[in-house]
Amino acid sequence: MGMTLTEKILAKHAGKRHVSPGDNVWVDVDVLMTHDVCGPGTIEIFKREFGAGAKVWDREKVVIIPDHYVFTQDPYAKRNIDILREFALEQGIKYFYDVGSPNYKGVCHVALAEEGHTRPGEVLFGTDSHTCTAGAFGEFATGIGNTDAAFIMGTGKLWLKVPTTMKFVFDGEVPPYLMAKDMILQIIGDIGVDGATYKAMEFAGEGISMLSVEERMTLCNMAIEAGGKNGIIAPDAKTLRFVNERSKSKIDVIYGDEDAEYESVRRYNLKELEPVVAKPHSPDNTAAVSEVKGTKIDRCYIGSCTGGKLEDFRAAARILRGHSVRVDTFVVPSTTEVEKRLKDEMIDGESLYSILKNAGAKIADGASCAACLGGPPDTFGRTEGKEVCISTTNRNFPGRMGSKQSQVYLASPLTVAASALKGEITDPREFI
Amino acid sequence: MKDIIKGKAYVLGNDIDTDQIIPAQHLVYSLSDPEERKQYGRYALSSVPDAQAGLPEGNIRFVNEGNHRSEFNIIIAGKNFGCGSSREHAPEALNIAGVEAVVAESYARIFYRNSVDGGFYIPFETGEHLFTECRTGDEIEIEMKKGTLRNVTTGKVYQLKPLGDVEQILMAGGIFAYARKSGMLSSR
Repeated sequence: MGMTLTEKILAKHAGKRHVSPGDNVWVDVDVLMTHDVCGPGTIEIFKREFGAGAKVWDREKVVIIPDHYVFTQDPYAKRNIDILREFALEQGIKYFYDVGSPNYKGVCHVALAEEGHTRPGEVLFGTDSHTCTAGAFGEFATGIGNTDAAFIMGTGKLWLKVPTTMKFVFDGEVPPYLMAKDMILQIIGDIGVDGATYKAMEFAGEGISMLSVEERMTLCNMAIEAGGKNGIIAPDAKTLRFVNERSKSKIDVIYGDEDAEYESVRRYNLKELEPVVAKPHSPDNTAAVSEVKGTKIDRCYIGSCTGGKLEDFRAAARILRGHSVRVDTFVVPSTTEVEKRLKDEMIDGESLYSILKNAGAKIADGASCAACLGGPPDTFGRTEGKEVCISTTNRNFPGRMGSKQSQVYLASPLTVAASALKGEITDPREFI
Repeated sequence: MKDIIKGKAYVLGNDIDTDQIIPAQHLVYSLSDPEERKQYGRYALSSVPDAQAGLPEGNIRFVNEGNHRSEFNIIIAGKNFGCGSSREHAPEALNIAGVEAVVAESYARIFYRNSVDGGFYIPFETGEHLFTECRTGDEIEIEMKKGTLRNVTTGKVYQLKPLGDVEQILMAGGIFAYARKSGMLSSR
């Protein structure tokens, strides 16, 4: 029996010819990523378990990207970045994207890709649940906690159970009013927030081939919102072009077998899908935008690992250009590269940055996770009261964006931008 | 691992996510500093909406103002407990608040793994709909060997699912202790 892409990658990294779902295996790790929220705790456990003078297993494979609580005066948050800085120096960590330095990047999952750390056929672990984003590059990528990360830091290995794979096939072309966010919200609504628990989610079909690499990242990013262990997309020419422009590593591309066994296969016809929102307070509480249009909102938010990439702002700018927002609209570029490209990329002679600014959006002064997960009280865009917010982020649990009383709707950048213009949830087709 | 875990139940519903277990704004505290880590106990389960906090009545605080330990050491919940973020601060916050066992219908994967590998408490699964059977404050006894949960207040006994593959890691007290015991890592 053949193996799925996920199974083949895990077999290779376990040094086995074949693995089956349910097998417990120890895998060799290619990259371990950590950030300012979970890095300090990971380092504490690493030192406790391997000794104060211990060295990480490979200083070129531990990637440290502070991104969560960067632009805050919170003394504890600042202290945590100092801990990362000291550790990176002590260990000679090659890839440390320090705050306040020219190397500073911003949101780890986007930065990992931009800096060439996401490569087909590899195994990537990160101390963040959205590490599954990197599955867009045809690798096995998943989130872990501090203890597991400390174990990897010392050994370069981790045990895991080989998951079964659920396949999601998108037939047809992606219409101009739909984005990857609509596709993944549709899936989460259909299978539920625990519909893929312990399972790999593989995305395939003509619709996926059409998506840009950034859009594929949006899709894989939210596999965790269905409980998935990882999201994954077979690499193609787009993937390889993106990776080869950014990484000098030798790449061993792996594809799934033709006769691989999937736990389930679900097909979607893109022509039949509509823009989707997730209503408060769960990513699976979905509805077609047409069902909730007219719902009053107080603010819009465009940012995060899933909704703050260049492509997300490009989509928003398409709608916002030449118009004015009616509600507070917060814009947070995920990385410094995105921030720079907002100013460089033009639509008819006007930069994306100017389009957003002229429409009245409030643009953050730096790239970071910002209010996607609330954060310290002085975080840009954080909800403070009973705000109703529509956001391109990935979670709308109670209190996620700050205030426990606020209500968050999740939607594509197109839907969020259209809603900003009317002050109520709006179908982007009205503006396309 | 104790043979019997006894104590008071705190009852929650389905899909309790890690933002409800420990809100992100508190993730700045040190987990190793003995004083600072108490903050995690203090804010454990602080973002559960009031109506769902301590079922069936709700509006029951898990940790009282000014404390970092809870009077409830057993959590009973529905499906998909611990969904969301990979923050290990979530199971650790429950541990710091004094939780010894969680009994849920199912868990989110990363949270479950963190609970086991960190050795924070025993995460049991049950096929029973316990969160509608038990009330916050009920006296509970879990017998490890029999794999049963007895609600002392109502007198009813329920079967828990076997711990399976992870039992050895839990018995050892976490992934590091297990790896040393099994020879994967050298003993210190």
